[in-house]
Amino acid sequence: MMGRFIVRRLLSLLAVLFAITVLTFLIFQAIPGGDPAVRMAGRTATPQEVNDVRQQWGFDQPIYVQYAKTMQKIFDGSVVSYRQQINVEEEIARDLPATVSLAVGAAIIWLLFGVLAGIASAMHAGRPLDRALGLLALTGLSTPVFLLGAVMLYYLGYKLKLLPLEGYVGLTSDPWGWFTHMLMPWIALSVVSIGVYSRVLRSNLLDTMGEDYVRTARAKGLSERRVLIRHVLRNSLAPIIALWGLDFAWVIGGGAILVESVFNLGGVGEYAAQSIQSLDVPPVMVITMLVACAVVITSAIVDVVNAALDPRVRLQ
Amino acid sequence: MRALAHNKVALAAGASFAVIVVLCLLAPVYAKDIAHTGPTDNHITDTVKVDGQTVDVVSPTGVPIGPTWKGRFLLGADSNGRDVAVRLLYGGRNSLEIGAIATLITMALAVALGTLAGYARGLTDGLLSRFFDLVWAYPAVLLGVALGVALAVGGLDLGIVTLHSGSLLLPALIIGVVFFPYVAKPLRAHALSLREREFIDAARIATPPGPLAPVKIVLTEVLPNLLSSIVVFVPLMFASSILLEAGLSYLGAGVQAPNPSWGTMIADGIRMIPGAVHLVLAPGLALVLCVLSVNVFAEGVRDALDPRAAIRPLR
Repeated sequence: MMGRFIVRRLLSLLAVLFAITVLTFLIFQAIPGGDPAVRMAGRTATPQEVNDVRQQWGFDQPIYVQYAKTMQKIFDGSVVSYRQQINVEEEIARDLPATVSLAVGAAIIWLLFGVLAGIASAMHAGRPLDRALGLLALTGLSTPVFLLGAVMLYYLGYKLKLLPLEGYVGLTSDPWGWFTHMLMPWIALSVVSIGVYSRVLRSNLLDTMGEDYVRTARAKGLSERRVLIRHVLRNSLAPIIALWGLDFAWVIGGGAILVESVFNLGGVGEYAAQSIQSLDVPPVMVITMLVACAVVITSAIVDVVNAALDPRVRLQ
Repeated sequence: MRALAHNKVALAAGASFAVIVVLCLLAPVYAKDIAHTGPTDNHITDTVKVDGQTVDVVSPTGVPIGPTWKGRFLLGADSNGRDVAVRLLYGGRNSLEIGAIATLITMALAVALGTLAGYARGLTDGLLSRFFDLVWAYPAVLLGVALGVALAVGGLDLGIVTLHSGSLLLPALIIGVVFFPYVAKPLRAHALSLREREFIDAARIATPPGPLAPVKIVLTEVLPNLLSSIVVFVPLMFASSILLEAGLSYLGAGVQAPNPSWGTMIADGIRMIPGAVHLVLAPGLALVLCVLSVNVFAEGVRDALDPRAAIRPLR
């Protein structure tokens, strides 16, 4: 039963991955208006360079040949940023440590505080604490992350000199420096998620508290704390964990472009941001594909884990 | 709607949003009669009188003047010596306009495709739903900048209309497309559940057969029942669209200079930090205040109409 579910999920994952590469290819190569070779080579390219690009990527050939050539270039790691004359995939590999540090730390922070705030809100539903947390969550949701990051940098870093201003320090070379440099990016990235997770968990908890088995647990004399943790929380966490997996995936893939670039983290997302500013198409295309693939792969893993935990899911 | 009328917090938020809209609409009046300058007029070499002293608008080292709290340069100047307050109002007009058009595009696409998928079921639904999931797998900011970069070099030629790379409609269109699956997915699920209900069966029997019969049933029976879900999403999408516009503009893939928007103003200001923090705080606070009031209002609407509606947030 479980084996069949995994095979089915894997097949649909492959189909989606293929579709994502096609869609990303279409966005960059086939959008009407303009020559794809010019788009790839960049605004300042010479006619000779544009011609080379057209040859290499097969833009003078039918669209399926263009797609095949593009994918071949991505798989054998020979995509080059024409602006900077550097290999795109090697640059992404170099930038990965900073991005992984951002994703791991921020994911821990937003899960922990999101769950704590969600429980606190649900236990005080309708009372002042719940309202205050709700307003706080909405304010976080309404603030652009790069604005939050810039204001934090100015007040905490520049004015009060509590934390280092920007950049990335390797974990192995200087663990404390790594931690202090990552703290502000972690917090800036977490604020929105904490707001979302706490609101989602709050409403899940309130729904679950109305279930019959919770009344049964109370009726048999369990303490309120035990009911909450063993019976209510356990059944309310599944959607949060699913959300958590997806959010983690897109940060790992370089999706946190805004936070990475405001803190100059030198990660994959900042590489994307810089490429965007110079209209350097190849890196943006590769990173876009990378993030979307990370998201759908994680979503498949989340489904399998959910199916392992809850037999009902396998039958759907 | 009565529940909304009793929700004082939501009404106050709605009112504060209305005030912001009116202020932004009055931008030309403010520029002409109070600040006496336009949103793209440079005053780099000018001086202004503050408390009887003559001060450079932009100091010789390039630091612009901060808030004077007077008619001219009420909120200070930017590095080109442009009046921040004037730009804030004009930028707000652009941000609100893009938000409104993007929301319109999102809702039009989502209502059309979501109802089609949910009502038609079968193969149509399968294909459309896969397409929603596919677009949904891209983080909003990334898909937005991907489209922005792809379109920034050549603009978009759709045959009937051509959008140039500097046009405000371009970011609005991109945002509208990026967000439509967020609304189309829940609307499709709702339409699918309505399809199974008895009153739709009754309508199918009562409607004379013909190629237009399903269209008629969708318009007269399905859509009116979807209306409350649709209404709930409008303010949520409006708030998200304004935030995404700011993000895209910060990355250089949204509104193009010298046209101001809150996003481009914050982005320009971040480049001037730490010299002139008012360049970040003025547009930043305006944006947060506007989006927050829309979000609080949206929550009131949601509580009143459909407590379950929710969309994926933006980071």
